[in-house]
Amino acid sequence: MELLAFGDTGWGDELFRATLMTIAVSITAMLIGFSFAAIFTPLKLSKFKSFNLIANIYTTVIRGVPELLVIYLFFFGGSGAIMFVASMFGYNEYIEINAFITGSFAIGIISGAYSTEVFRGAIQSIDKGQFEAAKVLGFSKFKQFYKIILPQMLRLAIPNLSNVWQITLKDTSLISVTGLVEIMRQSYIAAGSTRDPLFFYSFAAVLYLLLTFLSMKFLNKLEAKYSRGY
Amino acid sequence: MDFELMINSFPKLLNAAGVTIKLLSVSLIVGLFIGLLFAILRLNKNFFINKFAYGYSYIFRGTPLLVQIFIIYFGFGQIEYLRSTFLWVILKEPYWCAIIAFALNTGAYTSEILRSAFQTIKPGLIEAGQSLGISSKIIFYKIQIPIAIRQSLPAYGNEIILMMKGTSLASTVTLMDLTGVAKYIISTTFKPIEVFVVAGGIYLFMTFIIHNVIKFLEKKYGFN
Repeated sequence: MELLAFGDTGWGDELFRATLMTIAVSITAMLIGFSFAAIFTPLKLSKFKSFNLIANIYTTVIRGVPELLVIYLFFFGGSGAIMFVASMFGYNEYIEINAFITGSFAIGIISGAYSTEVFRGAIQSIDKGQFEAAKVLGFSKFKQFYKIILPQMLRLAIPNLSNVWQITLKDTSLISVTGLVEIMRQSYIAAGSTRDPLFFYSFAAVLYLLLTFLSMKFLNKLEAKYSRGY
Repeated sequence: MDFELMINSFPKLLNAAGVTIKLLSVSLIVGLFIGLLFAILRLNKNFFINKFAYGYSYIFRGTPLLVQIFIIYFGFGQIEYLRSTFLWVILKEPYWCAIIAFALNTGAYTSEILRSAFQTIKPGLIEAGQSLGISSKIIFYKIQIPIAIRQSLPAYGNEIILMMKGTSLASTVTLMDLTGVAKYIISTTFKPIEVFVVAGGIYLFMTFIIHNVIKFLEKKYGFN
């Protein structure tokens, strides 16, 4: 137990901060994923075949390629790509991007592919009459979406979005390969310096279980709130 | 784009894809048995057996696969007692550690898939078997299992693809699978995009094959 003490003697405070980092990365990645979904869901539902194709390539490639490979692409390619863009503006120094940004972006793109599919499914299962009624009542396009489609879509999407959240949360463990100090990386460091990997990795497993358990509790409440009246 | 590198790295990556396929198939076969066993335990009416099976699937589905591999590969090596038993022959090999972790992980997901498939079987089918005087053992093997397999095919297909992506984590315990070799080539040439295109292409091709095989099986064993 003294291994988990707070302060200089134990790893308690380090692991606590690492847990906060995992939560921060997961939330950032989820939000980045939502912004990708906001771009690609309309493309998926568009009447134009070429838009469909772009969105389908995105979701198929991301869901068919291992997360770790995507992370390596961003980890090794991220600063190269930024430096390339910077060199066009005449800046030729070495630029290193922060591991937090690369990591959340990589996980965000993966999570976005899953979110896109969820939103597409949710919008498609809204009754067609709802769209028509909104149009007939003379709502503007913007109001149609925000007042009528979005609330119904959220109700249908939340159960599946909580699955996406679980996947995203577990995927953040893979960012440890880039050196970002989240739960997995911190356990690796602690296991290396105390030579007690069994304890620290099991403790990491407990932390992840706790996070998934608590987020499930919260998401179930949210789901209940959005399905009032059904 | 460095096409020469892409062409040169293709045979190496294809070779490594063999390791990925081997890891995937062995862990899927073992995982299927584990999944079936735990699905049956989940349907047991005994409170403790039921909760034990639930706990297993909850723990393995609630933690990242990376943690599971690390516990088995780095953690179990620390137990002095294990080192003296025959199990050490298996647990000192990263290959077997990865397979154990993958099999236990996919077993947990498979048990959930099979359990829900067993629960959706209409009771009338089992009652029909009973009224025909078929023993409960044969009802299980000849009626429940075939229907459950058919029901669970689409979900199991997804699980195979998820597991295929999961085998990439073997590269974190020094195994040179497709992702491991891809990472090696990237870190020696610093050409991440080219290698990603080739390695990703191989992964997508495997996904495509698995997807179509499952679709074919679904059609073949479909009810209508």
